[in-house]
Amino acid sequence: MAENNPVREKVVGVNGNLITVRYTNKVMQNEVAYAHVGGARLKCEVIRVRGDVADLQVFESTNGLKVGDEVEFTGELLSVELGPGLLTQVYDGLQNPLKLLAEQSGFFLQRGVYLRALDREKKWPFTPMARVGENAVAGDRLGSVPEGIITHYIMLPFSWKGSWRIDSIVPAGDYTIDDVIAVVVDEQGTRRNVTMTQFWPVKIPIPDYAEKLLPEKTMVTQMRTIDTFFPVAVGGTFCTPGPFGAGKTVLQHSISRYAEADVVVVAACGERAGEVVEILREYPELEDPRTGRSLMDRSIIICNTSSMPVAAREASVYTAVTLAEYYRQMGLNTLLLADSTSRWAQALREMSGRLEEIPGEESFPAYLESRISDFYERAGLVKLRTGELGSVTIGGAVSPAGGNFEEPVTQATLKVVGAFLGLSRERSDARRYPAIHPLDSWSKYHSLVDAEKLSLARSILARGSEVNQMMKVIGEEGTSIDDFIIYLKSEYLDYVFLQQNTFDPVDACTSADRQRYIFDKVCAVLESRFPFTDKEEARRWFLELRQLFLDWNYIAWDDPEFKQQESAIDKKLADVAAEVE
Amino acid sequence: MRKVYHKISHIAGNVITVEAEGVAYNELAEVESARGVSLAQVIRLAENKVSLQVFAGSRGISTGDQVRFLGHEMQVSGSDDLLGRVFNGRGVPRDNRPDVNSELVEIGKPSVNPAKRVIPRNMIRTNIPMIDLFNTLVESQKLPIFSVAGEPYNELLARIALQAEVDVIVLGGMGLKYDDYLIFKRTLDEQGALSRTVMFIHTASDPVVECLMVPDLSLAVAEAYALRGKRVLCLLTDMTNFSDALKEIAITMEQIPSNRGYPGDLYSQLASRYEKAVDFDGAGSITILAVTTMPGDDVTHPVPDNTGYITEGQFYLRNGRIEPFGSLSRLKQQVNGRTRPDHRAIMDAMIRLYSDYKSTLEKQSMGFKMSAWDSKLLKYGARFEAEMMSLAVNIPLEAGLDLGWKILADCFDKTEVGIKTDLLEQYWPGN
Repeated sequence: MAENNPVREKVVGVNGNLITVRYTNKVMQNEVAYAHVGGARLKCEVIRVRGDVADLQVFESTNGLKVGDEVEFTGELLSVELGPGLLTQVYDGLQNPLKLLAEQSGFFLQRGVYLRALDREKKWPFTPMARVGENAVAGDRLGSVPEGIITHYIMLPFSWKGSWRIDSIVPAGDYTIDDVIAVVVDEQGTRRNVTMTQFWPVKIPIPDYAEKLLPEKTMVTQMRTIDTFFPVAVGGTFCTPGPFGAGKTVLQHSISRYAEADVVVVAACGERAGEVVEILREYPELEDPRTGRSLMDRSIIICNTSSMPVAAREASVYTAVTLAEYYRQMGLNTLLLADSTSRWAQALREMSGRLEEIPGEESFPAYLESRISDFYERAGLVKLRTGELGSVTIGGAVSPAGGNFEEPVTQATLKVVGAFLGLSRERSDARRYPAIHPLDSWSKYHSLVDAEKLSLARSILARGSEVNQMMKVIGEEGTSIDDFIIYLKSEYLDYVFLQQNTFDPVDACTSADRQRYIFDKVCAVLESRFPFTDKEEARRWFLELRQLFLDWNYIAWDDPEFKQQESAIDKKLADVAAEVE
Repeated sequence: MRKVYHKISHIAGNVITVEAEGVAYNELAEVESARGVSLAQVIRLAENKVSLQVFAGSRGISTGDQVRFLGHEMQVSGSDDLLGRVFNGRGVPRDNRPDVNSELVEIGKPSVNPAKRVIPRNMIRTNIPMIDLFNTLVESQKLPIFSVAGEPYNELLARIALQAEVDVIVLGGMGLKYDDYLIFKRTLDEQGALSRTVMFIHTASDPVVECLMVPDLSLAVAEAYALRGKRVLCLLTDMTNFSDALKEIAITMEQIPSNRGYPGDLYSQLASRYEKAVDFDGAGSITILAVTTMPGDDVTHPVPDNTGYITEGQFYLRNGRIEPFGSLSRLKQQVNGRTRPDHRAIMDAMIRLYSDYKSTLEKQSMGFKMSAWDSKLLKYGARFEAEMMSLAVNIPLEAGLDLGWKILADCFDKTEVGIKTDLLEQYWPGN
């Protein structure tokens, strides 16, 4: 990495996690530097240059730094290491492996300790794909190693410009990530060694693909409300804003467990440590039903919890999206879940405040919107140069201050996402989970189910809500039986389809086929006419039907009881249909 | 011998600026003025200009006064000698007993590696049914009590502290009324809990800056004990005063305010304190119970709002009772499945019926006719409020569950409570 001698400069000011350095040589925007304090080296990043001073954000606590302390500039941008062994890892926002850190420094995150992101000892069974004499450009596959269930391609580093001729390549065998697996020569005769790893600057998207395609296929998350009503596309973007206690994190965890993606990157950004601990301790024990392996085998966790340094929080979402893009390059569908992007935006605000920039709305910086759209635009379905498809899907939780969706982060996010899953306090207070609001939310992607039936279901929900509002004013007595039945239908749809019990092993995840199947059954009820003349009778009938349906939801798809329960429901419907005639 | 600096060039609010060399960020200094010696902390370095926040306030400091830098950050003793002692916001004894200077630890240590945390699994019993039954407090949880001025939140804290089965109690008081401090002290003393308590008390009449140190001092001590395997309960009251002190310093330092004058890093500042709550893998634990008074009873005010996003639930204390709605313990699911088989069922059923009672009350106030079912609910609601919600009730969890069954049986038929049949058969009184 350090090809040139690092430049050393001096600190002239300290303000929180922002330091000011007077430079004599040249500095680069977003260059990484290390501030020396005592025996420790604190990682920092240049975020502004003014005259002869540069402002750097420090990714650690700046306690003890003095004016005159040395800062070493590396000439590199903030980068992550890419290579086999990323899956199953738990990193902080700067790609430090937390488990190794714990072994080395114990309970606390000692500042200035940076460890290698990947295991340098482990041997990987490498199979060459390229041959000596062939030409290759950045991103071309030279060989592969198996990483869990996926084939991990070793690619010519994305940052190497021009065409390279393969001068030598090792035969199949076991190699570590640092072993030279190939030597390449460019047109000027420069020789470079290729290993299994490479570095890429986190704030720049990996550009290596043939074209970006329109995301059209539904990504199955196995959440009924999402897949049927507010679907997310493979390569699309969505956001889940909600006040505290509305179930954002539970929803994100549930998506990360059940979504049909090849690789899931979870970025716990500025949230509670306890929630990350649940993932850390539980995922290794949970089975991924699609592969039969541990859920951890397809996951990478980036955790920069709320008490960890704020500048690293800003970096963590970029680290996460870069890792997701890297696995996209292998022709995989990756899903990035960021919880919460508001904390990331707040990190921007804190730094902007220290830089004394002119504040925008709620003192977020004026560039907030463009940063948020840059981030979500890194999602997408792409056709790789090999002709394969790969994708990055991004879902961001948003934590609006006071639960008010008018605030800048939510608004800036809504402009760039393809689906809005708004969580409501009203629904979570009523214990209707997931608390995704069925009337306020929207999605621009394709649903799993038939569009006509879906619009019927939507109109019932909207009408039911109107009737409910009206009943609050005029009471049940003043409501007509027809309106009342519409209200009952909407409540029924809500209870048996929209609501889903995350803590029940069967109800927690509903496969695409099952969703279509039961949605048809639900719609049959919504389309029916009913003979009731008495509201109490109608209510009782719907409650009984609801109970049958709820029990049905708790029965596994392949269980023989599933059909039995279905016929009980059919009978109930048939009985009432006979009465109408 | 450390150098003494005389050139104070700027005094504003509680912040002074002095010209000095070789000063470290966050270092402590002593400012000697006509009013005596005060501690101060470095909060900004710019070339040779050093800004310090003065704990005793800047009143009476002259431009010719002396500033002596101590060469270390704020420290506090983590030794067992602290038990039973009372200190102020600078860590100086306020009980006329000698200073404790052994086993010093720096305050505001780095955060705990998430890989060294374990999933919380132990319930903390408080003998308050609204907590034990409905929103169980869990070891290593961080939980605020949202309340308004005039509510008995400090009494509630003291009571939980006395009844909780923990090894050490650390009390951090910020902007505490002197009377409240005396009440805390007396209550703990009467119940014989003073000998396992450490107190850091900043009273309303003390200088504002001292308030800022209280959470860090309390949590540093709590952490030192927890690392020795102790189960520590840390009580912080009132975090709104702490946030207001942050606001005051931020405005003095001409930082751009974000929301109602609070600094943009309010979330990070609060989180770095609350996140000290931990269950160490292979050592003790820290549980944090804090009071956040809501200015104007507004939960969207920046302090309670940011707090809600950080903590693992909240208790609403209103009209002297813990509200069943809005109050939430996010960790209760970790423990209430392993207490008694009927715990979750009673919890859900009683809250659901209480919510029905509330809507019946609304109906009643609007003059709608009361049905037989409504009358049952009214009877139930009154008993629930008197026998469960009242803070005067002091019974263990199991007795609380039994009481729950009794109330249900007195007010309803078996079929009306919506509890699974096998539990009804086992627990319904008079079976």
